[in-house]
Amino acid sequence: MTANQETLRLTRITKSFAGIPALSEVDFTVHCGEIHALLGANGAGKSTLMKILSGAYTLDSGSITIGSQEIQMQSPSDAKRQGIHCVYQEVDTALVPQITVAENILLDRLSNREGGLWHSWGQIYQEAEAALAKLGASIDVRQKVEGLSLSEKQMILVARTLVEKAKFIIFDEPTAPLSHEETNNLFRVMKQMKEEGIGCIFISHRLPEVFEHCDRVTVMRDGKHVYTESTSRSSIDEVIGQMLGKSFDEEFPKRTVPIGEVLLKTSQLTSGNKVKQVNLEVREGEIVGVVGLVGAGKTELSNVLFGSLRSDSGHVQLRGTSLRLKDPTDAIDAGIVLVPEERRKHGIMVEDSVQHNLSLPLLKQLSRFGFVRSAMEQVHAGRLIERLGVKTSSMKQQVKFLSGGNQQKVAIGKWVETKADVFLFDEPTKGVDIGAKSDIFRLIGDLAEQGKGILYFTCEFAEAIGIADRIFVMCEGRIVKEFRQEEATQEKLLYYASAGREEQA
Amino acid sequence: MKNNVLQLLFRYGSLFVIFGVILFFSLTLPHFFSYANLADILRSISIVTFVAIGVTLSLIVDGFDLSVGSTVSISTVVAASLMVWYEQPLYIVILVPLLIGAVIGCVNAFFIVKIRIPDLLATLAVMYIVSGLHKTYTSGYSIYNNMQFQDGTKAPGKFSESFLWLGQGEWLGIPIPVILLIIAVAVVHIFLTYTRFGRQMYVTGGNEEAARLSGIKVKKVRTLAYIASGMFAAFGGVLFAARIGSGQIDAGAPLLMEAVAAVFVGFSVMGAGKPNVIGTFFGAVLIGVLVNGLTMMNVQYFMHDIIKGIVLILALAVTFYYLHRTRSGKN
Repeated sequence: MTANQETLRLTRITKSFAGIPALSEVDFTVHCGEIHALLGANGAGKSTLMKILSGAYTLDSGSITIGSQEIQMQSPSDAKRQGIHCVYQEVDTALVPQITVAENILLDRLSNREGGLWHSWGQIYQEAEAALAKLGASIDVRQKVEGLSLSEKQMILVARTLVEKAKFIIFDEPTAPLSHEETNNLFRVMKQMKEEGIGCIFISHRLPEVFEHCDRVTVMRDGKHVYTESTSRSSIDEVIGQMLGKSFDEEFPKRTVPIGEVLLKTSQLTSGNKVKQVNLEVREGEIVGVVGLVGAGKTELSNVLFGSLRSDSGHVQLRGTSLRLKDPTDAIDAGIVLVPEERRKHGIMVEDSVQHNLSLPLLKQLSRFGFVRSAMEQVHAGRLIERLGVKTSSMKQQVKFLSGGNQQKVAIGKWVETKADVFLFDEPTKGVDIGAKSDIFRLIGDLAEQGKGILYFTCEFAEAIGIADRIFVMCEGRIVKEFRQEEATQEKLLYYASAGREEQA
Repeated sequence: MKNNVLQLLFRYGSLFVIFGVILFFSLTLPHFFSYANLADILRSISIVTFVAIGVTLSLIVDGFDLSVGSTVSISTVVAASLMVWYEQPLYIVILVPLLIGAVIGCVNAFFIVKIRIPDLLATLAVMYIVSGLHKTYTSGYSIYNNMQFQDGTKAPGKFSESFLWLGQGEWLGIPIPVILLIIAVAVVHIFLTYTRFGRQMYVTGGNEEAARLSGIKVKKVRTLAYIASGMFAAFGGVLFAARIGSGQIDAGAPLLMEAVAAVFVGFSVMGAGKPNVIGTFFGAVLIGVLVNGLTMMNVQYFMHDIIKGIVLILALAVTFYYLHRTRSGKN
């Protein structure tokens, strides 16, 4: 497969989910023999676009052409037939761990009719070896995929696109989990493919590597195409500006609250490869933002602080006392509570009533001799519903019938009357409408005013700047930068969140 | 409209079926609707209900306990042997089987909660182990008053009168097991509905991760549920021995299926939509009435399993169809 002189063109692609537009009239082109970076903040529509291109979603309107020929994309196999392949970030979803490397490389063929009835082992091994040799990877093709490293698994997926004679390959954040050498190796392979005339689409959050290796860069924002330029004529600052846009006019009611003693302090806190040597401090009345892109380790850090994820090393101190957090119960007893990101799965009991949800952490105080005192429980629920502004027809209403914002208020509200000192909020405004959002900010402000310490984990930089006194930027499990509120700008935050290293400033 | 019918069917369907079955047997069988027979039905139900309460508890914490049947078997023969072989006093005869039930519950909980074997598989294995243990313990023989051993000697003891009273006695004309049954259902119902721990059990079963993140000690809750399940089954075994007056091998084997059917019939009683002990009681009534009526109609006992199996699959069908419809429809 050499001469691929065609251009892949996506024109005016529009797609909405349940009436909410995810993409509107997006144009995107990839030439053969180029590496084209596709960038955008979380939720900009990159992955929706790529899912349309790989046939996982069908488009509402717009067209996809290769050369002069328009193609109909109904399913992933249509895309593969046109030579469009995807190397997913979650390599494990595309591999069968129990069978050999060779079978995985030729999986597409083994699974469709053209593969024939018999499977000739000699030929399979030979073809697989040839593909891997081309990539310069030395993996035994007779081995099971199970024990391989992440980068080896990625190589298998790349090799699969080779044997399928791909013309265009989507690399969906392939470098995020890789080490430095592994990343370099991947780029070497991509360059080789480019020389053979294959068009590569490269999605990444690491801007420096984009500028080092890619030919062109396209930026998306809020479901729209906003910018395409060759990398030689662009710059990191330019791209960051395009990614953020200038359309943030939401108001965040920030109040000034006296900052008190140190409440929570971590030193060298480490857990797996998602939380690495984190040092941070939260004081009484202080709202500390922790920002980072999706996958930076924010959720994991919040879980470690709440005891629902074990730390491997490092310490957590509350008011100078070291804590041993083996279980959320330990954290709650010490006075640390979490409003988790996955609200419906982890924050509330959707099948249960508002009243029962609100009293869950306080059942002990609300019961006598083990019997829940129903009158007291109702007073408690009524008081909280009023204070939080939960819109519900009654306190007996099942939480699943509430709107996202009101569900979140319940998830927060259940902790409000506990004796907690430190509140951890993980993406509390995700999927919440604007009215409920400002209620939630008001509530967080109230808590700060009462002298609670607040850690606010978010990938919405504007929110962090609006609400926090100090902001930590997290990238790949590490805290890479600390800002005071007045120093922070979205540009700076995004820069550190995507560059990953301080010395690249 | 269609949804309303479905809801009505779910809410009152099982009560309607129970009523229909009773009516049918009363009309066709002359002796069915007599006090003696109804008391007999309740007497037999009481054992199933104790076992089914255990299954209900394990189901509430989103688990399952297949080992209850063999727990009944082992506690039946142990209770019998304590009297017949070792001439122990009443409290030992009752306490030791309960203790064995608790130990079986602990073993189940250890493998399910700690080692994280899926509940069905873990309790399946334990079911066979316990079943094998109880046969080994009695060398495969049933235990009866002054039974003869293989070497020709006779066992020294008999079932004590006070023990038999538990299974056969009456108080103001009401069979003792029925009184025990009503007390158990009431106590467990109050416990599940009005206490903190009951609430925690439902929450744990509803969403374990959310429960854990709310500070509930989910491992402890689940462990205690399995222990309680084992102890209720063990008490069912004690009642069984007291009712029959001997320690039958494999006494509990059919009870597993009956108890599970009772729980799932009870799932929908009054539209609860979750395992609940009042529903379980009604489920047990349905099973008890069916078994009794079929016996009186001279349906051969080996055909009972077919009928019970059909009841179970229908109860499961209604429950899961309804749950699936409401959950996917409204979320």
